[in-house]
Amino acid sequence: MPLNIGCTARPGRGRDNKTGSWRVFYPIFTEETCTGCEICVLLCPEGCIEKKGEKKYVPDLDYCKGCGLCAEECPGDAITMEKEEK
Amino acid sequence: MKEILEGSHAVAEAVRLCRPQVVSAYPITPQTHIVEALASMVADCKLDAEYICVESEFSALSACIGASTAGSRTYSATTSQGLALMYEVCFNAAGMRLPIVMTIANRAMSAPLSIWNDQQDSISLRDSGWIQLYAEDNQEALDLHLLAYRVCEDHDILLPAFVCFDGFILSHTYEPVDMPTQEEVDAYLPAFNPYQRLDAKDPISFGMYATPDYYMEFRYENQRAMLRAKEAIVRYGTLFKEQFGRDYSGLIEGYELEDAEIALVAMGSICGTVKDAIDEMRKDGIKVGLLKIRCFRPFPDEEIAAALAHVKTVAILDKNVSLGSKGAVGLEIKDALYGSSIAVYDYILGLGGRDIRKKDIRAITKLAEQGSGDMFYGLREELL
Amino acid sequence: MVDKSIENFECGHRACGGCGAATAVRMILKGAGEDVIVVSPTGCLEVFTTPYPETAWKVPWIHSLFENAAAVASGIEASLKRQGRSEKVLVIGGDGATVDIGMLCLSGAFERNHDITYICYDNEAYMNTGIQRSGATPFDASTSTSPAGSCSMGNKHAKKDVPAILAAHGSPYVATASLSYPTDLMKKVETAVNTPGATYIQIHAPCCTGWGFEGDQTVAVGKLAIETGLWVNYEMVDGVLRKAKKVKRKPVEEYLSVQKRFRHLFKPKRNEEEIAKIQAIADANAAKFGIDI
Ligand SMILES: Cc1ncc(C[n+]2csc(CCOP(=O)(O)OP(=O)(O)O)c2C)c(N)n1
Ligand code: SF4
Ligand code: SF4
Ligand SMILES: [Mg+2]
Repeated sequence: MPLNIGCTARPGRGRDNKTGSWRVFYPIFTEETCTGCEICVLLCPEGCIEKKGEKKYVPDLDYCKGCGLCAEECPGDAITMEKEEK
Repeated sequence: MKEILEGSHAVAEAVRLCRPQVVSAYPITPQTHIVEALASMVADCKLDAEYICVESEFSALSACIGASTAGSRTYSATTSQGLALMYEVCFNAAGMRLPIVMTIANRAMSAPLSIWNDQQDSISLRDSGWIQLYAEDNQEALDLHLLAYRVCEDHDILLPAFVCFDGFILSHTYEPVDMPTQEEVDAYLPAFNPYQRLDAKDPISFGMYATPDYYMEFRYENQRAMLRAKEAIVRYGTLFKEQFGRDYSGLIEGYELEDAEIALVAMGSICGTVKDAIDEMRKDGIKVGLLKIRCFRPFPDEEIAAALAHVKTVAILDKNVSLGSKGAVGLEIKDALYGSSIAVYDYILGLGGRDIRKKDIRAITKLAEQGSGDMFYGLREELL
Repeated sequence: MVDKSIENFECGHRACGGCGAATAVRMILKGAGEDVIVVSPTGCLEVFTTPYPETAWKVPWIHSLFENAAAVASGIEASLKRQGRSEKVLVIGGDGATVDIGMLCLSGAFERNHDITYICYDNEAYMNTGIQRSGATPFDASTSTSPAGSCSMGNKHAKKDVPAILAAHGSPYVATASLSYPTDLMKKVETAVNTPGATYIQIHAPCCTGWGFEGDQTVAVGKLAIETGLWVNYEMVDGVLRKAKKVKRKPVEEYLSVQKRFRHLFKPKRNEEEIAKIQAIADANAAKFGIDI
């Protein structure tokens, strides 16, 4: 593919880099104690948590770096970090 | 229409006719009269542009980068210390492929501080990726601004350009100039049509960084665009000639060169003095001619080699010095003539405003004939 | 109203896990709305979002140099004005780019009062080049150019008060914020962007890598900064202090002791004298901004 003049790019290729491979721990979301506050969605540095339904939040494991911020800040303790089986 | 104008005002008028939408500049002698004139034009609604009165040259060119990327035709002007302060921004603008046009009222570099003319400032930025055009007189300075915008904004080129004219010698001298009308300029220079721009409707990221997997290719693309600019300057110079009658179709120009045995090579206002000296020497039977370089970047090496192929001796008049080496133009001419049997001598002269008279040109011609060169010419021996 | 559903920052960027700057930028882009053009100077944010050809930005974005973002933004604003376009111009830059090397361009842009919003994500050092001190590094923090050592307590200077400097330029809106208080942060961005003229927000953005804590603690550390009075969230409208977040203050060591950059204050032995100096900074902040409940 020829270079874009001036080293520019349109959005799209950013997702090529699957940062999920960096992960050591991964988050597990449970619905029971989820308050639906969505603070996890807001705080995730990757912006990789998606609302899939009522109290159903799903991290995109292609990109989740396993930082644990969502788990730490969840007021309902609905997210736990588990060691990744590689 | 013929008018008698100070060089700076002729340039400012030319810039106005090019309809820049954002002007951003910082005053410095001997460029000040240009930016003052443009500020007045904006104040009097004669120029419909945003004039950003910045706090430094560094910001002046940085603002041009922003404005150009956002989709405006932009203009700046500076010289010596101001240009040096822009060093980093110059490389950046060229790498980002922005068609910014900037006038350089050539001046010496400090230290020692000097407000007077030589060409060290722009020549020191020869590697920055800017097209560099040098004017012999104020008519040419004026005209080259039109040409520069036309070339730079071509989507096959997309490079910034310096239009260089000698500080004081041209910038502060009144000369008659033929000022084109707005209609004529509009017919030559179409409205700015950015290749790509910052736009919320079509988001693009500008100024990304390149890993070793990409960097070389971006530099190579810059180099190719520079080399294409040679052809574009010839093409748009020819168009200029058809429309305005003045001929800028060549990257170089010869004067009494066809049958010359000695060729003097020079850039900028010194060419006028050289031509007068040649007229005198020709009367004395000396077969001497001038090769004037109008376009220093891209460097017309093949054109120069062809134009000088028949001469025996070449004397380069360099108003700069690459300290620890030689004059920058001389080095490039030697490279262009590599392998030929032509004797090539470099003369560093006119630094910091040292006068160059016809008799100096005659003396240099003689030195070259005698095989003596690669030297500073015109030093005051009693001071050394 | 801030539209929290706006997501103009793409996954796949290369920030460290738990990066405060990345979280802050996601919030900034929600507060700024869709009609925005972003300028970023060289620094972590620029580097982790734009290795060619992979960009994380779904809004128009430009990087030119480390120290010229405010001038580039000035030029963009002038150009948009000329074209009659509506986009807001937003700079998002690091503290080094803002309070140190970019100060000239920043001062010029604010003096000319371009209609831009300049946001500094303040991670309190030059992180991209390996945690060197900046003018925003707090007193006694150990960085790679202000290392703590047998005869050094780390950074010798207090944080440069850039919000006050920019308020003194006549900025109509200057604010500070923290990523640990997202609603406040996003609302301030919205206010700044919609206030005509040159507006400024400095956002405390804890950096796990540079400060020395685990990535899951980014928000907690940010909260402690507020709760100890070492960071104050406030607004200045036309130079007048309007609102500062009140807190029931905790002792500064609760904030200091969780970060490796302050470890020398506690090990090998607790340095009461230095901790007291930092407590005095917090006390002075509390008095100045009236934050004590
Ligand atoms: C003129 C210049 N000097 C130095 C650098 C090296 N440099 C690049 S980023 C950076 C530090 C950035 O610090 P900051 O602005 O705080 O952003 P951070 O990386 O911390 O997010 C430095 C020193 C540069 N790119 N340009
Ligand atoms: S662990 Fe970190 S990266 Fe993964 S979803 Fe939670 S906040 Fe996002
Ligand atoms: S060093 Fe700090 S600011 Fe930079 S990416 Fe890592 S966490 Fe973010
Ligand atoms: Mg920083």
